[in-house]
Amino acid sequence: MTLALLFEQLLNGLQLGLMLFLMSAGLTLVFGVMGLINLAHGSLFMIGAFFCAAVAAASGNFWLGLVAGTAAAAAAGALIEVTVLRRLYTADHLDQVLATYALILILSEGTRIIFGPFPLYLDVPASLSGTVDLGLTLYPLYRLALIGFGLAVAVGLWFLISRTRLGVRIRAGENDREMIAALGVNIRALYTVVFALGAALAGMAGALVGAVQAVQVGMGEPVLILAFVVIVIGGIGSIKGAMVGALLVGVIDTMGRFLLPNIFATFMGASQASSIGSALASILIYLLMAVVLVLRPKGLFPPHA
Amino acid sequence: MPDFTKEHALNAVIALGLLVVPLWAYFAGEIFTITLFTRITILALAGVGLNIALGLGGMVSFGHAVYFGAGGYAAGILAQHAFNGAPLLGLSGSNQMLVIWLVAMAVSGLLAAVIGAFSLRTSGIFFIMITLAFAQMFYYFAISWPAYGGEDGLPIYVRNQFPGLNTMRPLELFLICWGVLMAGLALFATLRASRFGAALMAIRQNPDRVASLGINPFGIKLAAFVISGMVTGLAGALMADLSRFASPAGMAWTMSGELIVIIILGGTGRLFGPVVGAAFLVGFEVFFGGLTEHWKLWLGVVLLAAVLFGRGGIVGLIAGRERFG
Amino acid sequence: MADRETPVLELNNLRKSFGALKATDDVSLTLRAGEVHALIGPNGAGKSTLMAQISGRTLPDAGRIRFQGREITRLNEVRRAQLGLGRSFQISSLIPEYSARRNVMLALQARQSHSFRFFKPTLWDRVLIEGADDILERVGLRGRASVPSAELSHGERRLLEIAVALALEPKCFLLDEPMAGMGAEGAGQLVSFLRELKTQAPILLVEHDMDAVFALADRLSVLVYGRIIASGSVEEIRNDPQVREAYLGDSA
Repeated sequence: MTLALLFEQLLNGLQLGLMLFLMSAGLTLVFGVMGLINLAHGSLFMIGAFFCAAVAAASGNFWLGLVAGTAAAAAAGALIEVTVLRRLYTADHLDQVLATYALILILSEGTRIIFGPFPLYLDVPASLSGTVDLGLTLYPLYRLALIGFGLAVAVGLWFLISRTRLGVRIRAGENDREMIAALGVNIRALYTVVFALGAALAGMAGALVGAVQAVQVGMGEPVLILAFVVIVIGGIGSIKGAMVGALLVGVIDTMGRFLLPNIFATFMGASQASSIGSALASILIYLLMAVVLVLRPKGLFPPHA
Repeated sequence: MPDFTKEHALNAVIALGLLVVPLWAYFAGEIFTITLFTRITILALAGVGLNIALGLGGMVSFGHAVYFGAGGYAAGILAQHAFNGAPLLGLSGSNQMLVIWLVAMAVSGLLAAVIGAFSLRTSGIFFIMITLAFAQMFYYFAISWPAYGGEDGLPIYVRNQFPGLNTMRPLELFLICWGVLMAGLALFATLRASRFGAALMAIRQNPDRVASLGINPFGIKLAAFVISGMVTGLAGALMADLSRFASPAGMAWTMSGELIVIIILGGTGRLFGPVVGAAFLVGFEVFFGGLTEHWKLWLGVVLLAAVLFGRGGIVGLIAGRERFG
Repeated sequence: MADRETPVLELNNLRKSFGALKATDDVSLTLRAGEVHALIGPNGAGKSTLMAQISGRTLPDAGRIRFQGREITRLNEVRRAQLGLGRSFQISSLIPEYSARRNVMLALQARQSHSFRFFKPTLWDRVLIEGADDILERVGLRGRASVPSAELSHGERRLLEIAVALALEPKCFLLDEPMAGMGAEGAGQLVSFLRELKTQAPILLVEHDMDAVFALADRLSVLVYGRIIASGSVEEIRNDPQVREAYLGDSA
């Protein structure tokens, strides 16, 4: 174990954390403003990846694919909001769970019908291929770009929410729905916009991650469940909590998988250390969630404390 | 005394129909049908378990697959140790279903106690996400722990035994499962009618009021959650014996989703809701799965319609709204 | 059994703040056996917060609560209910799908024993059923026993609230606006019922209906901005200059 490897893993953790933030921001926003639990958020991640891969393959341009993937996810999000989800804002959570579970089935099979049963592969754009020398280590340029991109989107989102008219309305919607409706804000349109925004972020994450993993049906749900862990840790409805939770989960998960087998190897056989270490590493973030729940049952940053 | 209602009649018809069809299939030589009905009874039993937590107690657990999977692993691991003679925590394995069932219920009950103790500190949407996350934790643990098959799962080479019956014969295995399902339903009905059930159902509707009466909602809910996990775990052990395979897929989040679907489609909190829901789901898969490979798309459409337009599930549709007396 | 001089319920210097807002500011009051002690005050005076601290839903920042001579300041709501603090709710808060009878049966069940009884069906339990019907008879709801509480009229639900509180056989009643939303006739009936009820256990009454308060209360306390500004008999309160100022804007 060298310092260089440790540094590399830390960057990987940061990158995973920022991609998780893109997923979690939409989920937590939709819950904060509309009170909806959306299981189909992972499907929007998948849609972003598929459209990006298909358009990038057809046009030969990754960036065109990224725009297409983000736009497709936003459009799909707006479509399911208008047709289905807006009927469920006042329904109980059980109905929301069942309906969005149904949407997972529909969107997954729909994707399979459109893109076929086989995984797609998305190449890293040529301008971002190769590695970059960070002094301690060589690091893939694309992964570094993901970190930069994630940070840029986070700053943009912060600006949107705290500095723009739309942001004021979104924050008002979190606090008092009747009030902003009474003030003449078109609440239906606001909800659709918020949902499409969250969907776009998920789709963008899917497109970006699609270049480093296989693009296939079912890719969204593991990420969705990680995003749940993130917002349980951060506090449901809090963007800041999503950011802190995402970075914690990303770094702890990545470092755990790297460090635990190494640590166990210092006092037991290599193969045993590797199996126990990796099994334990796979549950580390859930243990973190359990600890947070005991200490702060509403998460680290509950929005209406 | 409660009267004999339309729902009672419907329940009797379903219980008997579930028994008569496989008997007919036996004489007609339709082995596939018997296995299909065995699957329905086992899924129904898993649903009966979840129905205690979700239907009676209003606890929307999106992680019940963990108990189902744990029950399956209990069966698989005990059978493996009985098969190869290796000791398990100093004891020998077992290929006796009755022993395996007890262990499966103990293990899943223990898991439910731990998960419940954490998750029940919260409610609503938090509870849904946390139960899902904890189930996923055990799923990842199962697939990354190589001793019992890891991602490949754990085969059961010889189906476990039941005194006086030959479990390798489909009809006899079915009868065991049917009997266990009926016992599970009897347990559900007894709990629902008891003082415990009265408190539990009241907590679903108004937990603050129940606390103000001097009943501690947490204790009642945790007890119900544990019983619920045990019943679902028992079903998992049966499923492992039916498929002769303890699968990590039984622990995956999709299984948790299926169990919720079974309950809501059948009728949340209704005695025979999970039975009807399981029959519908399995029937839908067999029928539409034969017509199109994209049958899940149509299942999604049916579920959406059920949420948006149907209330009370299939049992509610036939027998009307539930009255609590 | 505490002697007659010891108050049934005693609050000493309770304080509760939410940020800068002092919702309860050094409140002390007592409830003695056989009396109705009414707590009045304008909206936002902190009556609900005070009731929540007495019932145990929220804990005070400072101060003590004693019940039948026993310190209960740090006990939770469930324990306090088990000790005999019977509470009705400002907004009708029943088990909506349960019939009136079953609501009362649940309270009886909570009073009699723990609820970890898994086997005997409650609907065959004569002790619960007959006990519940007796109580419903007392409040005049016997004829509506099998109607789900969600389908009862507003006034009937208020009566059922009282029936549930009765079933708990509390050592003291905490009644939070029992008259709210009642018609004149219903309010009159409820007043005479409460007058009879106080012989069973003393009542701490929060109420906006001043006619009812003046008809029922043996003592009154006036809460304004979290502080008790006056305490005494109905006559004393009527003539208290501070109270007149708070309510009527009179300057003394």
